[in-house]
Amino acid sequence: MPSFPKPKIPDAVVPPPLRKPAKPGSAGTPKGQAPSDLKEPPEKKTAGDKLLEVGKEAPIDALGWVDQRLAASGFLTGMLFRKVPKGTNWFYTLGSATLFAFIVQAVTGVFLAMFYTPSATQAYASIAHINNEVPLGQLVHGMHKWGSSVMVILIFLHMGRTFFFGAYKYPRELNWVIGVVLLILTMTMAFTGYLLPFDQRSFWASIVGININGTGPVVGPYLSDFLRAGPELGATTLSRFYAIHMLLVPGAIIALIGAHMYLVVKLGTTAPPWVKAERPKIAAPTSQLEAGANGNGRANGDRVNGSDGA
Amino acid sequence: MVERVKPDPPGYFEGESMTRRHVFTVASQAIGGIAAAGIVLPAVGFAVAPIFHRGKERWEAVGPVSDFVEDTYRQVVFTETEGIGDAGKTTAYVRKSSEELGEEPGKMVAVSNRCAHLGCPVRFVEAAGNFICPCHGGVYDFQGKRIGGPPVRPLDQFQTRVNKGQVEVGPRYSVTSQMEPVRARDPGEFTGGIWEYLYPPRPSTFPAP
Repeated sequence: MPSFPKPKIPDAVVPPPLRKPAKPGSAGTPKGQAPSDLKEPPEKKTAGDKLLEVGKEAPIDALGWVDQRLAASGFLTGMLFRKVPKGTNWFYTLGSATLFAFIVQAVTGVFLAMFYTPSATQAYASIAHINNEVPLGQLVHGMHKWGSSVMVILIFLHMGRTFFFGAYKYPRELNWVIGVVLLILTMTMAFTGYLLPFDQRSFWASIVGININGTGPVVGPYLSDFLRAGPELGATTLSRFYAIHMLLVPGAIIALIGAHMYLVVKLGTTAPPWVKAERPKIAAPTSQLEAGANGNGRANGDRVNGSDGA
Repeated sequence: MVERVKPDPPGYFEGESMTRRHVFTVASQAIGGIAAAGIVLPAVGFAVAPIFHRGKERWEAVGPVSDFVEDTYRQVVFTETEGIGDAGKTTAYVRKSSEELGEEPGKMVAVSNRCAHLGCPVRFVEAAGNFICPCHGGVYDFQGKRIGGPPVRPLDQFQTRVNKGQVEVGPRYSVTSQMEPVRARDPGEFTGGIWEYLYPPRPSTFPAP
């Protein structure tokens, strides 16, 4: 079994020990002796050397200053240098890839919002303006449009990986549940974003989507009215979808991604199912095993009874 | 082990039913709950209010009576939702009622082009005498009754009236498979019988004629 070397933690993130400054004269040095650095003749330093030294130390000092108040380095080193199970492979990057797709959506979405007008009469023209006249507008719009499909595909692949590797089992059930909510929110984003260009495709796709919601018995008709903000798709439908797409769901997604990643770090990841668990080095006492074998064959379950009998 | 008797808290008296601490806990939680409800309830109400709001009844003239005949449809476009330009317009196929089909004579029939499956626009195909939906292959006969494909009920209709020689179309309503008018339902929702309870009428629609 090859043992991997311990990763070296960069000095910059290790906080200096917190201690009181030495009292002048007494503390820190043995009595009667001058501090060691005073013994040696001070080196002659030019102003440039001093500046270089200060410049070198400045980022570390600044980091240390922040960390003394934030006390985050312990958590950060624990998170960044945490151990991952044997057999971890490229499939484990699908979650990060989904996160990256979300960040792309968030960034491009913010810049699209600078030019987009959520009004039924102006939305289409504002999208045409973004595509045809704004420099790089077509690129940013295209990234947002195609990126949404990428995010949906990645989140499904990530869910498939979690399912087929059995990574949803105890103690990670809650993270599975959070992931399912994130999946639903992602689909909500895709659905509400589809209407925003307000072209023929958006219009009819949203009508069909809302009507599918309406086919749910009893609550369906009211859900349709809620989504449309009225009996027909209208001006308020667009602003409603815009608010859901821009304000409501992204906040929920960011919060839940935080919870999702906290649990990933807290609980650790699973090994792929084809990696067998190593047997513990310390064997159980033989007397217990024999006693179990003498019983009804359930070596583990009857350990107490078996030892009583022996 | 020595059992220690807890000293009475300050202000304790015999027969006390609630400690001071408990009173303050309950009171502060209640006040917090009221404050939260004061914020959340209006916001939620604001978001769901459109469900209970019915707009003004709208009638629009679509042409003189002489424009329409009994044995075929004439396509008219009129505004169903105001304030959103072309997106608020809808299409209806209008004809005079036909005694041959067992309809009350002297009326105008306005059939909505909204497919009863998922709301795509259907087209009246003159050669076939049918309404055909391009999305999922729904087919309706001349009266708008479903004869094929996934739709769950006949095509919707609009109320009609004749005013000073002009045909006017008004609010939308749905029909059952027996062509009985009911309140407007969204596409994909069955009408008639038990379905009237499973897909209840919405307060935002107009009563059936």
